[in-house]
Amino acid sequence: MRQTLLIKKGAEASLYLADWHGRKVIIKKRLPKKYRVSKLDEQIKTYRTIHEPQLFHEAKKAGVSTPTIFLVNVRSATIIMEFIEGEQVKQLLSGICKGERQRLCFKVGELIGRLHKYGIIHGDLTTSNMILNLEKKIFFVDFGLGEKTEELEARAVDLNLMKRALRSTHFRYAQECFNSVIEGYSNVLDSETVKNVLDKIREIERRGRYVAERRRVTNK
Amino acid sequence: MNTGKSKREKTHKSYCLGIESTADDFSVGISTFNGEILANIQSTYIPLEGGIHPREAARHHTKVASKILEKAFKKAGIKPRDLSIIAFSQGPGLGPCLRTGATVARALASYLSIPLVGVNHCVAHIEIGRLKTGAEDPVTLYVSGGNTIVSAYDSGRYRVFGETLDIALGNCLDVFARKAGFRQKVGEPFGAAIEKSAENGKRLIPLPYTVKGMDVSFSGLLTAAINLLRKGGHKLEDLCYSLQETAFSMVTEVTERALAHTEKKEILLTGGVAANKRLQFMIGAVAEEHEAEFSVIPREFTIDNGAMIAWTGVLVYKHSIVMPIEESFVKLRWRLEEVEAPWVK
Repeated sequence: MRQTLLIKKGAEASLYLADWHGRKVIIKKRLPKKYRVSKLDEQIKTYRTIHEPQLFHEAKKAGVSTPTIFLVNVRSATIIMEFIEGEQVKQLLSGICKGERQRLCFKVGELIGRLHKYGIIHGDLTTSNMILNLEKKIFFVDFGLGEKTEELEARAVDLNLMKRALRSTHFRYAQECFNSVIEGYSNVLDSETVKNVLDKIREIERRGRYVAERRRVTNK
Repeated sequence: MNTGKSKREKTHKSYCLGIESTADDFSVGISTFNGEILANIQSTYIPLEGGIHPREAARHHTKVASKILEKAFKKAGIKPRDLSIIAFSQGPGLGPCLRTGATVARALASYLSIPLVGVNHCVAHIEIGRLKTGAEDPVTLYVSGGNTIVSAYDSGRYRVFGETLDIALGNCLDVFARKAGFRQKVGEPFGAAIEKSAENGKRLIPLPYTVKGMDVSFSGLLTAAINLLRKGGHKLEDLCYSLQETAFSMVTEVTERALAHTEKKEILLTGGVAANKRLQFMIGAVAEEHEAEFSVIPREFTIDNGAMIAWTGVLVYKHSIVMPIEESFVKLRWRLEEVEAPWVK
């Protein structure tokens, strides 16, 4: 590794762009967190370093593109993976027209649907964890908080995160985007599952604090 | 020229009185229109057993209201007639408690014939933090008995980036403390007791660590901790230590995520749990790592207080958001991001 360039200092890990045996790669390193006691820090880092590459592979089987993993080093909590050249969906959304936005979100919804159908929960569905590469293919990254389960609750939490991420970052057209995501999602999963997931999302939202809807429902 | 102006301000100072009563605290604060806090008087309802009973808390508020008001005026050295506006905590919170504060506020405003301003309690915790620490545009971690919110300002409002999916962090600590047999005393909340005990803890007992994206969940953690407490075999200080470490790591992780996501350069820690030194250290470490400025609300303003309502009332009033008394209903479920904040920026 001749040159390494810190491209993103995320909350959970630092991402470096590097040249690795003639390839452009991303080195994802989970650095020790000073704020956590070392035992807890060790547990969390190890768990996520092992699970993330596993979920990358599972996602591919489900038909969702993820970067190729080249190397995993649990002891140093490092993953070396393919560098995806392209743009984050987060950046794209603000600069495109309504029609394109809907198409993009529809596609994202389809991919989430494929993951869920295959029993994968991403765990951190934000638009910054989706990259549109130069061939216009969407890659999902950052499965550090993901898990394998077919539980309805987990699916709903996953989609609800997407909804909330859209609300906090793309609040002007959050609802419109989320509707397109659900359309895409419905294109992959059967209507009964979709209905159950949407009902569950509503239930989860009501569990939250200070949700006006809760009152109406409990009064019924 | 400058001296002339300040002289005029001195003789024609405007004051706002703020009433806070969302939960177990009844508090009155007085602020000038320039953000000088002249008084901040509190009284906390302490239940004989169990948690906060809304009706009992409201009864406490009714009982102490006039005395607290009197003390506040005395401390500030002004008379009711000197006030320009009345602000009150309009929500979110417990119905009976909110209504008690609102009733006092309405009575004062109508008696003095001055404007009434409803303030969002969560916004007030952020605003007093910005006023007292000088933070300008921070990622805020607001942790208390009723709320756990990671927020940041964007396009006119404080957006919620992460929050608890069930109970609040302070609630989690309080309930555990009660089950562990700690007693709440005046000026010494449950959180302080846990913090003290945790200082002697050494062994980290595995507890559920639940981060879902930017959100956190404490209910499973609380149940697991209580179960271990009941089962016995663990030292109480180790349990307190493990509970704190796990819960604080969770909120710190989501705060760091919000900081990385928004790329802001400041972190503000506010709310009742902000008084905890261990949490301060953890959030401070994140700030340092990201070269962000770290601010903590001064202890006096960590718990619910009238000063924050008074100051936020000034901000709201300056943007001409006043309400007729007949429309000043309390809002039990008034989310942070529903509030427009035109005074920021």
